[in-house]
Amino acid sequence: MPHKTFLAFIWPSLLAMILFIALPIVSVGYQSLFIEHEQILIESETCGPFGCDTEVSVDAAAMAELREAQPAGRFTGLGTYTNASHLAFDEIGEIFATSENFGEIRNRIMNLPFYKALIFTLAYTFIVTPLVIILGFAIALVVNSIPRLLKGPVIFFSLLPMLVTPLVGSLVLYWMIDSRGIIGAALQALFSDPTLSLKASPTLTWITLFVYGVWHSAPFAFVVFYAGLQTVPQDTLESAMVDGASRWERVRFVIVPYLMPLATFIALMQLMDNFRVFEPIIGFSAAASATSLSYLIYNDLRASESPLFGSAAATSLLTILGVIILLLPVLRRNWREFNRKT
Amino acid sequence: MNLRVKATVAAGALIASAGGAWADCGIESGSVRILSNDFPALSAVNTRAAECASGTVEVTANQTTEHRNIQVPALSANPATYTVAVIATSSIVPLLSDDLVRPLDGYIEKWGDQLLDSQKIVIDGKTMAIAFMANAQHLYYREDVLAEHGIEVPQTYDELFAAAEKLQQAGWEYPLSSNFMPGWNLAAEFINLYLGTGNRFFEPGSANLAIDNEDGLAVLETMKKMTEYMSPDYITYDSNAQTPIWEAGEVALSIAWGSRAGNYIGADAPDRAIADSTAFAAAPTLGDSTTPTAALWWDGFTIAKNISDEDAEASFRAMMHGIAPEVLEGNMDKAVWLIDGFVPTRAADGVMANLKGKAKPYPMLPYIGLLHVALGDNLSEYLQGNESAEQALADVKAAYTTAATEAGFLN
Repeated sequence: MPHKTFLAFIWPSLLAMILFIALPIVSVGYQSLFIEHEQILIESETCGPFGCDTEVSVDAAAMAELREAQPAGRFTGLGTYTNASHLAFDEIGEIFATSENFGEIRNRIMNLPFYKALIFTLAYTFIVTPLVIILGFAIALVVNSIPRLLKGPVIFFSLLPMLVTPLVGSLVLYWMIDSRGIIGAALQALFSDPTLSLKASPTLTWITLFVYGVWHSAPFAFVVFYAGLQTVPQDTLESAMVDGASRWERVRFVIVPYLMPLATFIALMQLMDNFRVFEPIIGFSAAASATSLSYLIYNDLRASESPLFGSAAATSLLTILGVIILLLPVLRRNWREFNRKT
Repeated sequence: MNLRVKATVAAGALIASAGGAWADCGIESGSVRILSNDFPALSAVNTRAAECASGTVEVTANQTTEHRNIQVPALSANPATYTVAVIATSSIVPLLSDDLVRPLDGYIEKWGDQLLDSQKIVIDGKTMAIAFMANAQHLYYREDVLAEHGIEVPQTYDELFAAAEKLQQAGWEYPLSSNFMPGWNLAAEFINLYLGTGNRFFEPGSANLAIDNEDGLAVLETMKKMTEYMSPDYITYDSNAQTPIWEAGEVALSIAWGSRAGNYIGADAPDRAIADSTAFAAAPTLGDSTTPTAALWWDGFTIAKNISDEDAEASFRAMMHGIAPEVLEGNMDKAVWLIDGFVPTRAADGVMANLKGKAKPYPMLPYIGLLHVALGDNLSEYLQGNESAEQALADVKAAYTTAATEAGFLN
C-alpha cells in the first residue's frame, strides 16, 4: 500500500489516539511531577452535636490564592516517583545498609507498598499468561475433535467465563469459596480442617486469584486457537500421517509451529491485560493479601476524600513503563519476523 | 394571589390528611438539587424535601454511596451540579478545605427556628452545616445467649474477651464479629479503639502523626485478640458481610454500626427469635479508660457556594422541611436523630449509650482522611501474624507521611 493511501486510511484513528490516549498520558506525566501546595492551616473553634473543640482546618481563601498563582501545584520533579510509596530509593538504600542477610532484605523490600504490588502483579502475569495459553490450546484441540453436533453447545459453555463481567465472575467465585460456600465447605471437609479459609491465607488468596485469572482468560485463548485450528493445512497433516506421525507428534511438529504466531499474539494481549490486573482484587476483597499496581492507582484516587493525583499519576506512568518492558521481547521478535518477510 | 389561595387550600388539606405527598414550604422559586449517601434515614429526609417541589420549585435528589467521590468535583463547578451536599463528619472536610460551601447563619436566622443549637456545626463562629442524625459503632449482643451462659453484658474489652472465651468453650466456634475488612472498615476500628484510649492522633497543632506509642500498640494487640474469636474469614467482613452471619445465629457478640441496628431487629429480620434477643450496648472501653471505644459521627447537610442566592435559599428551606420534626413520624427507628422531639427507640440503645459514656467525635481534621487510608492499608499483615505491631505502626507512619507530604500538610 502506498504511504499516502495508508495515511489517508489511518489518520482518523491516529487523531483519536493522539487526542484520547497520547495527550492524556502526557498530561498524567505532567501531573506526576507536581504535589499539592503547602497547606496553610489555621486553628479554629469547631462546635457540633458532640461538643466544642479547637481543631485545625485549611485556610481556604489563602489556598485559593496559591492555586490561582500555580494551578498545577508545587513542582517536585521526580520526587513522587522516588518516595516511600513508589520506588522508595531512600528506604531501599537503608534496607541494604542495615539488613543482615538476603532474607531480611527481601522481606523488608516486600513490605514496601509499591514493591509488594509489583511482585504480585509480576507473579500474576507470569503464572496466568502461560497457563491461559496452554489451557486455551488444550480446550481448542478437544473442541476441534468432538462431533459436530456437540460443538456449538461446548463452544458456548467454554466461552462463558469470558462473557461474564470480571467483577461479577469474581464475586460468584468469591461466594463459592466462602467457608459457607460450596467450594470452601467442600475443601474444609476434604482436608478435614475447619479453620481452612481461602480468604484468610495470603498464599491461598494468591492461588485463588491465579485460578480465577486462568478461568477468566482461557476462553480468549481458546477462541483464537480454535479459529487458527480451522486453517491448519490438511495436506500437511495428512502427509505427516503417511509418514507415520502419532497424534501427539502431529500436534507437536505441525500444529504448534503453525499456530505459533497466534500464541505470540495471545501472549502479547495477556501480558498487557494481566499486568493491569485489578477487578479480581476488588471482587475477592483480596487487598489484605494481594495488591497490584492498578489497585494502588485506584486506592490513591478513591480511598480518601481528597485524591492523591500526583501519586496515582506516578504509579500510572510506572505501570506503562512496566508494560513496555514486558512487551519489548515479544515486539522485537515480531519486528524481526516482519523484516524477514519483507 | 391565586397561588396563595391554592397554597392555603393545599396546606389545609395537608393538615387534614396529616401528611400528603405535596406540601407548601413557602418557597417561591428555585432549584434544589440534593446529593446524598444512600440509606433509609436519608431517603426519609430527601422524600420530605421533595415535597417542596411545585410549578416553580424543582427538587431532585441523587442518593448514591459514591457521593463522597463526586461531591468535590460536583460542587467545584460553577454553577454547582448540586445545591445541597448531605455529608458526614469526614466528608465535610474536603468541602471546607476547598471553600465549596456557604455559611448558613443568615438562613438560620430567617428560617431555622426549628433547629437545636446542638445541630449547628459551627466553625470559627460560622455555621457551615446542619446535623440531623448521629451514628457510631457499638456492641451488639444476644441477650438469650449471654443469659444462658451467665455472662454479664461486657463493658470493657477484657470482659468482652472473657465472654467470648466462655462462649467458645461452650461450643460457639467464632462468637465475635466486627468490620475488619482492610481499607476503610479496618481503619475505622483502629480509630474507634484509639479514640477510646484518650490519646491524640497527631502532635498538637501539626500534621505529624503521633500514634506510635503504647496506646497504639495496645489498640493493635486488642484488635489481634479479637481476631482469635472471629471466623478466619474476618479479613473480608464489612457491614454487609456481617449481617447475614448474625442473622444466621452464628455470632453472639459483634461490634457494628448503629445505623444497622434497626435492620437487625426490624420487621424484616429473617429469624424472629434472634432479632428479638438482639440487644445493644455502648462500645466496650479499653484498659483503664472509661470512654467507649467508638467514634461519634454526625450526618448533616451543607449548601453549595457556587449557586445563585435564590437556589441556596430554596435549598435551605427545602432541607428545613426535610428535617422538620415531622420527619420523625414513622422514621423514629431509622436513626439516632438529632432533631427536636426525637424519642430513642430500642435500635438507638447503643449509640445513646456511647453518647452517655462521652465517646469522642471522629476528628474533623483536614488530614485525618489520609491517616484513615494509611491505617486501612497497613494493619492486616499484623493481624494475620506476618509482621510485628511496631512494624505495622511504622508502615502506617511511612504511608501517612508520604501521602501528607504530597497533599501539602507536611514538609
